[in-house]
Amino acid sequence: MFSRVKNRNLIRLEGNGGFPFDRMMTILCYIALITVVVLPVFMILYYAFWDGTKIDIAMLQQVIFQKSNLRSMWNTLVIAVFSTALATVVGVFFAWLLGRSDIPMKGLMKFLFSIPFMIPPFLAAMAWDMMFSGRGGYVNKALMSLFNLTKAPFNINSVAGIIIIEVVYYFPFVYMQVVSALERMDPTLEESARIAGASQLYVIRKITLPLTIPAISSGMLLVLITSLSNYGIPAMLGYSQSIFTLPTMIVELMNRAGGSFEGIRQAAALSIVLVFVVSIALLVQRRLLTHGRYDIIKGKSMRPMLIKLRGAKYPLLVFSLLFLGLIVVAPIVMIILVSFVKAYGLPFLAQNMTLANFRRIFVGNIMVRDSVKNSLFLAFSAGLFCLLLGTMLAYVIYKVKPKGGTALEMMAVLPYSLPGTVMAIGCMLAWSGAFFGITLYNTIWIILVAYIARYLSYVLKSSSAALQQVHGSLEEAARSCGASHLDTLRDVTLPLIKPAMISGFFLVFLPCMRELTTSILLYGPNSRTLGVAIYQLRINGQIAPAAALSVVTITLIIICNNAVKAITKDRKRG
Amino acid sequence: MEKVELKNICVSYGEHVVLKDFSLKVEPGQIIGIVGPSGCGKTTIARTICGFIKPQQGTVKLDGKTIFSHKDRIDTPPEQRHIGVVFQDYAVWPHLSVYDNIAYPLKKRRLSKQEISPQVNNALEQVNMLGYEKYMPSQLSGGQQQRVAIARALTSSSDFLIMDEPITNLDAKLREQMLVEIRMLQQRLGTTIIYITHDQEAAMQLCDKIVILELDGSIAQIGTDEEIIKNPANRFVFQFIGVSNFIPVMVDDGKVFFDFEEKILFKSKIPEKLAGKKAMLGIRPMDIVFDDDSPVRAIVSQAVFLGNMYNYFVRLSGLEIRVQQIATSENARSYAEGQEVGLAFLEERYFEREDA
Repeated sequence: MFSRVKNRNLIRLEGNGGFPFDRMMTILCYIALITVVVLPVFMILYYAFWDGTKIDIAMLQQVIFQKSNLRSMWNTLVIAVFSTALATVVGVFFAWLLGRSDIPMKGLMKFLFSIPFMIPPFLAAMAWDMMFSGRGGYVNKALMSLFNLTKAPFNINSVAGIIIIEVVYYFPFVYMQVVSALERMDPTLEESARIAGASQLYVIRKITLPLTIPAISSGMLLVLITSLSNYGIPAMLGYSQSIFTLPTMIVELMNRAGGSFEGIRQAAALSIVLVFVVSIALLVQRRLLTHGRYDIIKGKSMRPMLIKLRGAKYPLLVFSLLFLGLIVVAPIVMIILVSFVKAYGLPFLAQNMTLANFRRIFVGNIMVRDSVKNSLFLAFSAGLFCLLLGTMLAYVIYKVKPKGGTALEMMAVLPYSLPGTVMAIGCMLAWSGAFFGITLYNTIWIILVAYIARYLSYVLKSSSAALQQVHGSLEEAARSCGASHLDTLRDVTLPLIKPAMISGFFLVFLPCMRELTTSILLYGPNSRTLGVAIYQLRINGQIAPAAALSVVTITLIIICNNAVKAITKDRKRG
Repeated sequence: MEKVELKNICVSYGEHVVLKDFSLKVEPGQIIGIVGPSGCGKTTIARTICGFIKPQQGTVKLDGKTIFSHKDRIDTPPEQRHIGVVFQDYAVWPHLSVYDNIAYPLKKRRLSKQEISPQVNNALEQVNMLGYEKYMPSQLSGGQQQRVAIARALTSSSDFLIMDEPITNLDAKLREQMLVEIRMLQQRLGTTIIYITHDQEAAMQLCDKIVILELDGSIAQIGTDEEIIKNPANRFVFQFIGVSNFIPVMVDDGKVFFDFEEKILFKSKIPEKLAGKKAMLGIRPMDIVFDDDSPVRAIVSQAVFLGNMYNYFVRLSGLEIRVQQIATSENARSYAEGQEVGLAFLEERYFEREDA
């Protein structure tokens, strides 16, 4: 009876790791992350600092101090700083107006704020270009004929134009952060100041604002980081005037290189500069996120004290609606109108309207049809891969807890902090035969790999948040009920995090559908995406068909977005 | 044969030693309470028996069969130990209905649907939850969820349950009721239950036998509630199981004194129970009575009437002592704050003193 029992859990007793299944997943995670994340990043460093025989820093210096590159760095900084500052002002203003005042029609305005999130930035930029382009923007032309001007009153194709569009596009980031902080703020903090005799303005200045400063600054940094690495807006608006920012310059260098080693090295070197700038902003953000919390902001939602606007109510409402109408509704209307016009530039009269643009892009144009197919395929597969890999990663990091868990997490979130342009170049360098002779360049697979790397952290975040909610006792209860480790995973853990996994899938699917930044660098003759197709139509002067395809894209995104909402809502009821 | 036997169990998390050379035997058909202050290792014991923790040393036997032995490298995985567990946070699976929650252990045993149904019904009946089969856990109250958890534990194993603080998250009235139900259930089924709690009152009400743990995880005393109340093994047990007063005493010249800065005569004869020169006198507030003739004088510093009793704090040479009197007893009288009273000690105990 007491003879040694052969036990399959012996390894565990010895403390040499876990159940083989857990260990297998850990190893798989390492392999996947090294392939998808580490190799591309390594290749950028390799190209930037290795001239074929030795470590070479001279080239980096040369790239940094090249006049055109300095110019693009300057542009990047100017655009980022000004758009951040303005977006913050606008965002905080609207957050206060909707979160704290008694302005009417809040529901409508909140809905309008959510729209910029659905429309890819380059599409918004294109719409603005149609309105305010210095050469033939519809609004410019209308104003010129109205006031008998000889010159266009606005020129969106300028640094100032880029700044304005980025403000318009990014201020909801600040708005969202601040409005949620305002909603979670304990109203008694403000009320007690009022009771103590402080005036309304004094309360806003001395109590409300300081308390929301963490939210404001985190929104600001979000705008700053996004603006620094944004490709779509400066590419759409600045290219024709040779206004370059770091991301567009990197793409330009890459295109000019035409595959030459020196050219690629220059692009890689400039990528390092961009990463450096972005990481400073990221470091500041991390510090703020860990140190700048106030406990006064509670998790519980409370009914805040609303400030009566009195006489200012209706003027402010009119102003807000006009503003939102201009920045949210006008661009969409513009794109829709242009998509129906016979030729770009013709006035919007009934006799100039046609469905030909839609016919042209779908019937006559294989490239466009392919791009819809490609984007759907890419978004779906990237979503699926990220879902599997991200959930596995979350499980390994938070439940298996292997020794290198933090390293895994850092690897997984690294691409999220890297500008898309940089990640794309890394993928290009890594998968053009550098490793095991695998060449994915010019195929759809390289875009897929880049998408997975870029959006993996979205699923990781949603799945790990859900996993941390699954209390250990739920799993242990299953074990005691006779379920093996695998049974427990299948019967308890996975079903409990399923909603988070589904929403994680769509968190990847949606941005992939409208992606431009990485695909513009990685597309091949047969692997154009929707973003690339629109961009190319537009660059080639086929503006009306580009608008038609944009309408299709936006419709697709809205359908998918609503599908997500329907699915998640269904679950809550069930 | 013992139901469960733990022998020389050692568990530590890194530097922190939770259990050191811990041994315990549990007789079958009993409710045994494991009681101790939080952080003393109660839950670690439960998790060791369930197989969620691998001790660094020791043996665990269940029904005489070794299920864990570090020396012999035996470690039966939790799912093969057939122990019903009830967790403090219920751990009812929120994505499964009440029926599916309770049927889960049976499904894992690959029973057919026809076999499962009556067993689930039986378990539901045991916890008075018939008719709730189709409910989702989110539609149930905390107490109902806890019943589901108990029913599930019962279908997992009807002869051995471990309950880890099962009623802590319920409100006071429901706690009382659940205790009664658990007791009745145990008597009906003859289940062996290890009941883990930090609440000594619940343990006394429920358990056949109580194991009191010290803060370092060692066993302070094992016994029935009566034994523990009448003969607390040491000062820790005395203090843990009820409200208590402690007064330092010393023996000098054949007499017992309260050992304050100025010695106060307490007894002119040395009681049998008192051994050694110095000791700590322990006494319950109920065992002190006011006696005007007593030489031990104190000043009332606070008097509160609680309805069924008077609660006093009296000062005895700088030491606050709590005195309670049943309001309906003959000699109960209300004393005013600041009044001088004489104290008589009815049933005092003597414990070792740290500085002795």
